[in-house]
Amino acid sequence: MATIPLEHSLVLAGVLFGLGTLGLLVRRNLVVVLMSIEVMLNAAGLAFVAAGARFGEPDGQVFFLLVLAVAAAEVAVGLALLLALRHKMDTLDADAASAMRG
Amino acid sequence: MNFVFYLAGAVAVLSTALMLTRPNVVHGLLYLVISLLAVAVILFTLGAPFVAALEVIIYAGAILVLFVFVVMMLDLGRQSVPRERLWLGLRAWPGPLALTLVLLAEVIWIATQGSSTRSAAGPIDPEAVGAALYGPYLVAVELSSLLLLAAVVGIYHLGQRPARRRN
Amino acid sequence: MPGLLWLIPAVPLASFLALALVGSRVPPRIVSLLGVGAIAASTAVTLAEAAAFLGTPPEGGAWVEPLWRWIDVDGFRPMMALRLDALSLVMSLVVTFVSLVIHLYSVGYMAGDEGYARFFAYMNLFVASMATLVLADDLLLLFLGWEGVGLCSYLLIGFWYRDPENGAAARKAFLVTRVGDTALSVALLLLFTRLGTLQIHGLMSRAVRDWPSGSALPVLAAALILGGAVGKSAQLPLQVWLPDAMAGPTPSSALIHAATMVTAGVYLVARTHLLFQLAPPVMLVVAVVGGVTLLLAGCSALVQHDIKRILAYSTVSQIGYMFLACGVGAWSAAIFHLVTHAFFKALLFMSAGVVIQAMHEEHDIFRMGGLRRPLPAAFWGFLIGGASLAGLPVVTAGFYSKGLIVYSAWAGPGGAPLLWLASVVGALLTSLYIFRLIFVVFGGSSRTIAVEVAKRPDWTELTSMGVLAALSVLGGLLYLPPWLGDHPLLGRFLERTLPAPSRVVAGLSELGSEGVVTLAFAIGLLLAWWLYRVRRPLPVALAGKVGRALHRFWFEDWGFDLAYQWILVRPFIRMALANKDDMVDQFYRFVGWGTVRLHQAAARSETGRVRFYAGGIVLGSVLLLFLVVLFR
Repeated sequence: MATIPLEHSLVLAGVLFGLGTLGLLVRRNLVVVLMSIEVMLNAAGLAFVAAGARFGEPDGQVFFLLVLAVAAAEVAVGLALLLALRHKMDTLDADAASAMRG
Repeated sequence: MNFVFYLAGAVAVLSTALMLTRPNVVHGLLYLVISLLAVAVILFTLGAPFVAALEVIIYAGAILVLFVFVVMMLDLGRQSVPRERLWLGLRAWPGPLALTLVLLAEVIWIATQGSSTRSAAGPIDPEAVGAALYGPYLVAVELSSLLLLAAVVGIYHLGQRPARRRN
Repeated sequence: MPGLLWLIPAVPLASFLALALVGSRVPPRIVSLLGVGAIAASTAVTLAEAAAFLGTPPEGGAWVEPLWRWIDVDGFRPMMALRLDALSLVMSLVVTFVSLVIHLYSVGYMAGDEGYARFFAYMNLFVASMATLVLADDLLLLFLGWEGVGLCSYLLIGFWYRDPENGAAARKAFLVTRVGDTALSVALLLLFTRLGTLQIHGLMSRAVRDWPSGSALPVLAAALILGGAVGKSAQLPLQVWLPDAMAGPTPSSALIHAATMVTAGVYLVARTHLLFQLAPPVMLVVAVVGGVTLLLAGCSALVQHDIKRILAYSTVSQIGYMFLACGVGAWSAAIFHLVTHAFFKALLFMSAGVVIQAMHEEHDIFRMGGLRRPLPAAFWGFLIGGASLAGLPVVTAGFYSKGLIVYSAWAGPGGAPLLWLASVVGALLTSLYIFRLIFVVFGGSSRTIAVEVAKRPDWTELTSMGVLAALSVLGGLLYLPPWLGDHPLLGRFLERTLPAPSRVVAGLSELGSEGVVTLAFAIGLLLAWWLYRVRRPLPVALAGKVGRALHRFWFEDWGFDLAYQWILVRPFIRMALANKDDMVDQFYRFVGWGTVRLHQAAARSETGRVRFYAGGIVLGSVLLLFLVVLFR
């Protein structure tokens, strides 16, 4: 297998995480926002696995599995919410749901 | 082998960046698929074949498919492009860009603190992962199943439409 | 016997409490019995004490009756103690006896008034405070009585409180005397911190022992005490409150503002005479203040219309005589004049009260006239009292007391010809203004429309006036001068406590001085006769422009009121108005305002938009990571 320095993997994970954050903050379409969240979770999992590979332990992969489970649950619920929102407000604009103002 | 890692890394980053900037949501989704596949390759090169497979099967294969279903249900294809373009104007970028860059800088700084270490040799078998899951991480597994159950219940409730009025 | 002294202030105090609590629910007869009876009891005790004091004179000239230790704090240990020596005995006799007579008069005067019980309650409280002041062995206790009489003065001036002008006059009195009280408090502090005690006898002996004559400390202390005395006794420059104080009921004017409270300043100076003797510059100031005040007030009295105001300025002037006497070292002369003044001034006020009530509450003398026949009691009261005030030779008490002071102004230790001259001119003015009053009010024919008398004096008023009239005539027997028998009874008696009068400066015999005074009296009387009886015009028409201006100036009390108004009152009110929004308050209001503003600013971050909140989360994590980076 490849021998990658841990720092490089972590930096990669960091960059992917940053891109996910960017997508979360920039895009107004709620679907894309959820997709960005998926990207962030994925990056976190990558960091876990890299750390586990550094020490040769399976723990990193176990954590990746747990992160995966969480991501799945979160996506499902998020999409259900999205559909309910769409049904109620007839739009997918993230800024439209701002009734809890000031 | 290292070369694969870096190549896959570049692909992942590029496709994620592209995903962010597409007005057409379906295009963005497809780019995300590519990104996830690239990440699966990275995971493989890091000596984690099991999770690489899981990445493809569950992440790209289940979660993103769910996304595809929803997008199709909501008809977010070509006809939403103008609206998306409007929303993607230049005004939206400066703040988030700044925040993200700072975050990135901090993360990189922290990550490069330790002395340069090479990862340990050898992949880690699914067998070892399974042993870990049924061993010390048993409670975590049970909890995650509980989490999924909760998600199911929540979705069921959220998915209900208000009852139609009696005519 | 020292054991009963405490009754003198205590009985009126108890009566005050009873009247204050239940007086309004009790029939007026009980109120009068209680009010007058309490003072009668005090007078009886005083007389008994006097008899005992004269019969078996105590060692050292004084009885001290300690009651209890008042305060015991870190070296400051004043006692509640009463002292009976010659001076306080004379004062107590005057206070209790004159109060008794005036209380009796009030029964008739205040009959039917809705505040009848309240009036007697205040008057009794006053007598209790005054007795405390006079009998106090410790300066702090004296100060307690001092403040008490000030309070009662305020309460009684503003007695008819429904009229806001009375309240204003009461406030003015209180505030002006407060200036004096402050000076007195500073004096007490000075004396205590320097000499370690406020017990009068101990204080005086320590002062004599420790402080060289003429040095800064006794001068300062004496000057401050003089400040207090000047306030309470309405001398220059704090005399402005007394004329306005005439807004109160006439009996209280008689008691407080003629006979007793205003003489408290004289008493204080006499009590602390040792201290004053250590400060010759201050003695000179005392004499000068007395001299100037007596002339000033005399001129002002000459042009007033209000019958009580004339008497008020007269009081200021006569107290000026007492201060003059103290200033030149004739202490017993001052006290003698205090005693006779109490008699005839109270009589004059009582008579004025009779006139006022008879004329339907009219105060202006130029709207009265020809009252000799309808009001004989008032006429004789004014005649006897006025004669005594002006100093009708031989047959009136005022002649002797005033003559003594005038002579001492020449011949006393601090005497000066200028002071003597001032007092002689003052005698002329006195004679002039009082006879002006008598001729205008009682002489000629009536100038008023209401001819019939509204209220005739009843037996209580007549009795009290009679008693005082007798005393105004016979009081001279207390202190007969050398050329008329030489029986200075009072003087010799007071020598037990006060320094003996000494004749230092020659050049004028006592008889000669008396002769000049008599001449002044006669000139004043004749002038008044000519101006107000014979020619009868208003004096303003007599003089030209200068005369009119002078009249106006004297009418306004030499402009003092106006000066104080411009220098003190107006700037103060302006400052108070400028600070209407209370700077300190503004600070706290600012705190509230700032909080609200902060809230409003913070509330703006509650946009309700998801992405904004997500941005907030990212920002938070950025900051946390920054902390990690920082502390690596």
